[in-house]
Amino acid sequence: MKQTVSIRGATHTDLQHDSAVKHVTGRADYTDDIAEPIGTLHAYLGTSTVAHGRIRDIDFDAVKSAPGVVGILTAADIPGVNDVSPTGRHDEPVFATDIVEFWGQPIFAVVAESRDQARRAAALAKVDYEILPHVTDAADAMAQGYPHVTEPLKLERGDVAEGQKAPNRIKGQMRVGGQDHTYLEGHIAFAEPGEDEDVIVHSSTQHPSEAQHMVAHVLGVPSHSVVVNVRRMGGGFGGKESQMNLFCAVAAVAAKKWNRAVKIRPDRDQDMESTGKRHDFVVDYDVAFDEEGRIHAVEGQFAARCGWTSDLSGPVTDRALFHADNAYFYPHVRLTSRPMKTNTVSNTAFRGFGGPQGVIAAERMVEEIAYQLGKDPLEIRKLNFYGGPGRDLTPYHQTVEDNVILRLVEELEEDADYQARRRAVLDHNAKGGLIRKGIALTPVKFGISFTATWYNQAGALVHLYNDGSIMLNHGGTEMGQGLNTKVAQVVADAFQVDIDRIKITKTTTEKVPNTSATAASSGSDLNGMAAQNACDQIKTRLVEWAAAKWNVTEEEVRFLPNEVRVGDDVHGFNDFIKAAYMDRVQLSAAGFYKTPKIHWDRAKGQGRPFYYYAYGASVSEVSVDTLTGEYVIDRVDVLHDVGKSLNPILDKGQVEGAFVQGMGWLTTEELWWDQKGQLKTHAPSTYKIPLASDIPRVFNVKLADWSENRELTIKRSKAVGEPPFMLPISVFEALGMAVASVADYRECPRLDAPATPERVLMAIDRLQGA
Amino acid sequence: MTYRPEIRFLLNDQEVRLSDVGADDTVLDFLRIDRRLTGSKEGCAEGDCGACTVLVGRLTTRGLVYETVNACIRFLASLDGCHVVTIEHLAGPNGRLHPVQQAMVEHHGSQCGFCTPGFVMSLYALWMQVPHPTAAQVETAIQGNLCRCTGYAPIIRAALAVSEHGTPSSDYLTVERDRIAARLAALKDGQRVLVQKGESQAILPADVDDLSAVLSESPEATIIAGATDVGLWVTKFLRTVSPAVFVGHLDGLKEISETDGSLTFGAGVTYSESQDVLARHFPHLAPYWDRIAGWQVRNMGTVGGNIANGSPIGDTPPVLIALGASITLRKGDARRVVALEDFFIDYGKQDRTAGEFVESISVPLDQPGRHAAYKISKRRDEDISSVAAGFNVTVENGVITAARIAFGGMAATPKRASHAEAALVGRPWSEATLQAAADELGRDFTPLTDMRASAEYRLKVARNLFRRFWHDQTGDQAQLKSA
Repeated sequence: MKQTVSIRGATHTDLQHDSAVKHVTGRADYTDDIAEPIGTLHAYLGTSTVAHGRIRDIDFDAVKSAPGVVGILTAADIPGVNDVSPTGRHDEPVFATDIVEFWGQPIFAVVAESRDQARRAAALAKVDYEILPHVTDAADAMAQGYPHVTEPLKLERGDVAEGQKAPNRIKGQMRVGGQDHTYLEGHIAFAEPGEDEDVIVHSSTQHPSEAQHMVAHVLGVPSHSVVVNVRRMGGGFGGKESQMNLFCAVAAVAAKKWNRAVKIRPDRDQDMESTGKRHDFVVDYDVAFDEEGRIHAVEGQFAARCGWTSDLSGPVTDRALFHADNAYFYPHVRLTSRPMKTNTVSNTAFRGFGGPQGVIAAERMVEEIAYQLGKDPLEIRKLNFYGGPGRDLTPYHQTVEDNVILRLVEELEEDADYQARRRAVLDHNAKGGLIRKGIALTPVKFGISFTATWYNQAGALVHLYNDGSIMLNHGGTEMGQGLNTKVAQVVADAFQVDIDRIKITKTTTEKVPNTSATAASSGSDLNGMAAQNACDQIKTRLVEWAAAKWNVTEEEVRFLPNEVRVGDDVHGFNDFIKAAYMDRVQLSAAGFYKTPKIHWDRAKGQGRPFYYYAYGASVSEVSVDTLTGEYVIDRVDVLHDVGKSLNPILDKGQVEGAFVQGMGWLTTEELWWDQKGQLKTHAPSTYKIPLASDIPRVFNVKLADWSENRELTIKRSKAVGEPPFMLPISVFEALGMAVASVADYRECPRLDAPATPERVLMAIDRLQGA
Repeated sequence: MTYRPEIRFLLNDQEVRLSDVGADDTVLDFLRIDRRLTGSKEGCAEGDCGACTVLVGRLTTRGLVYETVNACIRFLASLDGCHVVTIEHLAGPNGRLHPVQQAMVEHHGSQCGFCTPGFVMSLYALWMQVPHPTAAQVETAIQGNLCRCTGYAPIIRAALAVSEHGTPSSDYLTVERDRIAARLAALKDGQRVLVQKGESQAILPADVDDLSAVLSESPEATIIAGATDVGLWVTKFLRTVSPAVFVGHLDGLKEISETDGSLTFGAGVTYSESQDVLARHFPHLAPYWDRIAGWQVRNMGTVGGNIANGSPIGDTPPVLIALGASITLRKGDARRVVALEDFFIDYGKQDRTAGEFVESISVPLDQPGRHAAYKISKRRDEDISSVAAGFNVTVENGVITAARIAFGGMAATPKRASHAEAALVGRPWSEATLQAAADELGRDFTPLTDMRASAEYRLKVARNLFRRFWHDQTGDQAQLKSA
């Protein structure tokens, strides 16, 4: 009988994270764990204590005389350009010079023998400010004529005025809160000076190439002089895409100035005060629909709290518009973004990148329609899903070709017993008790690709050593998502070898240049393909060589599990590689990939920005105490589409984790500024991300095992990082339903996010008074 | 007074003696910087995220007890006589994973891995106490551990499966317990300990009388019990706490007695240590106690400290005031007893003179009243209360004869709702009476708006708690079920 042998760690199989054992034993090294060379110095930022002001004078005397202080860095000490703007707009100085524009803005850095000394000394500077008026909120910024930080976007299709002649029309406003990343490992950079202009920076960045370019820009040296290394991050979620540039630059400047290794690590408060977060939005919507609930026209304005600089606010607010349709066809539509400048920290990338704020606005409009017509929101959803020709064009004129949302939603509706449970919830609430329940089923459609088209490229470097071991390097960074594991699975598959043979090394700008951020859920899509391309190059050489050497056709050279069959002969993989080496076959290759088919004309608001879409849906059931506004998430069922999963167990982990993180965004995570413009929720003691006891009491997460990407992605898989983040909108809407029950569902609850117990109680109060 | 100029403790399997120790040196910095044991992580340096969780074992009247603590806010000097176990010490001699570690790997309990060592330590402590926990017990054990990647589900699955990989009876800390206890006993010499780094001084009195003497000598000293608040003065506010007098090790402050109709516990009794006895006499406090901070903080922090620091948002004062608790203050050999509600004078001001310390807390037993304890917070667990409330209402023959209702988060101090109480006493026990009392709250309190809650919400929810109390007492309405 023939025995099927397979390799360990092939794609489409469950495999633990490559660092799992190191994680649980504490032996996984993060940047702060790297052994410091003798003489390592520590830097710490001194930041603004006003929200907007002109610096009249700074007295550094006490700082300079503090114990251990080696020196101070200000803008004057920057050898190159005082700027770390990630988009080339030159609007983000490393250190403020004249004006400070938010509470927490870096003005200087203290460099001392120990971190404790640097931190204590930084607090001793006496900065004299002329206080200027400030604005922290996007709505206030619009009212006061604050500028945009970057060009707004308009998406338009059809004839909105015509569509608005529909029998029903609702206008409303929704406020959607921001979110702090609260990666457990905060920002950190550790620079070691080298000879000439060289510097090596170890950091926890999602975007080593950008950090490299920024350090070079700030130092005034060519990029080839700067190496940025990332072994792993203790979480990123977008918060370490552009925000680490500042810390890398400060560490590098100090390292070159004093010719000693320099580490900079803000404490949690400074990390949260001085680095960007998810954008808060104020959405004004206007939806026209018929008696059935079919949408005719949508008009929406998406104003965002962008903070003091543009950072990534352009693409973030763009993506909010790209997702303001979620899974729904709008026959006539006009969407505009308002990226508002505010006197707050510059907001940045965060899982979903503006998309969630667009999606939740779409779902609010569905709720409005359902409450007005007295129907189950799910009915309105199904009625408005993208469909076949005539109903498949997005507001940005991309045709939705891979639509599976109806199938997903109907399967979930059935599996989760939605209809019966909804009836039970209605019955429960009809009894009029103090504990009210809500249930909601919401869909997600999420576009995959960087909307900055040139980012959709990747490189990888694969070395096959002559003992048969393999070293894999690619441009992506590991922040917990299991990217390295997945890419190694691709390589294992390519050579048909056990994954244990593959060494996954740190990401470094020395090995793969000009990489894109590990962001936009693109890590496996891009880097998996690049690695596969490198493997294919090596395999092609090996096949050509073996065919010639053993005088067989190329088809007769086949890579089997841990061996290679050449004609009728079988060679162990190691022997085969050794023989290839002896015959001088090149065993190393640099792979490359660029996503096909995509294009985007921003000025016209038309194109195909996304290679494909990922889909998902969830049902959430909640209980609310109408006396306190407290709530419990009783049950959640998720069905999510990851195409043909590279690693189902890791993908499931991404879905569960994204769900809970998204739930936090919509429930307990509240950013709160005081009258002076200081963010007062800047540590876990005041900013509350979900705990284990907050997660759904029953939590069923399933991947759609029938799904396959219709596009030629890596092994037909789909991206998974961001799309499931929007699934917990069903939690938010279920809370809304429980609230609405106190007024017999006559009125849309119009909850703003996050739905803290306070917001829930106040909404109940409002509806009971109505 | 003679003293020992060094602290002695066990770190994993090594004995450590240190003399160059300041008042504000933290355990985490010692581990990471001095010893390069970098498995314990700094996530927040305020005792909220648990990435720095280590076990601290100490000899008690119940023998050698191991508890999870936050190394980030635990002061190094307080380790005298203790056994510190870090993540590096868990795997077996030949690198074999510990059962907790095996379960975490098998169930994919780590993603970025940064929080993981802390979770492993918390789950280790749980497994030693409860080898086969329920999901609710797991959640309680990891209240003080934040994970931002996994959504906790795989960690809970791992926690429920630890015992598939081994039994606590064959665990290192069980097998070696007697030997470790003997080593710790050998470190004790009954002396006052005084260590110093530069100007910064830490003192560990030999016993309670010595504490009294130390405070007479240095009335300005910072008294540190669990360090769950003072730790943050150092790590977040960069305050100097020298000279620091540590009291957490004093057996004399850890006594719990039930005499003369009162339950009395020493000021050094932690939240964890007081939980069982309080829950036995006052069952309404059991779930409330579980919502005080996270497990690590409950293992470190003391009820005495929660009172002595005078915060208006401490969790224990409102419920203890409702129970009519009093405290004993001591200075030298002089003691005085103060009703707890009278101890809080104004924001940041308590009825405690320099050199005086809280020695014990007494709660009258056998109270016939109807009791309830409520905590309203943005997040259910490990959050600081927006509003905390203790209710104690005595009803005789359908009439309310006495009422003690105290709130936290509603004023500059924990405070009784005297107008509301007055509106209850002498009136029939009815929903209408409670509603009328709730309407009086506006005369008792003018709460503030801050990042935790608005003034409007505080007042509204505080009023609604009177209705919640009524329904909970009559049992005619369901409560939220989290388990």
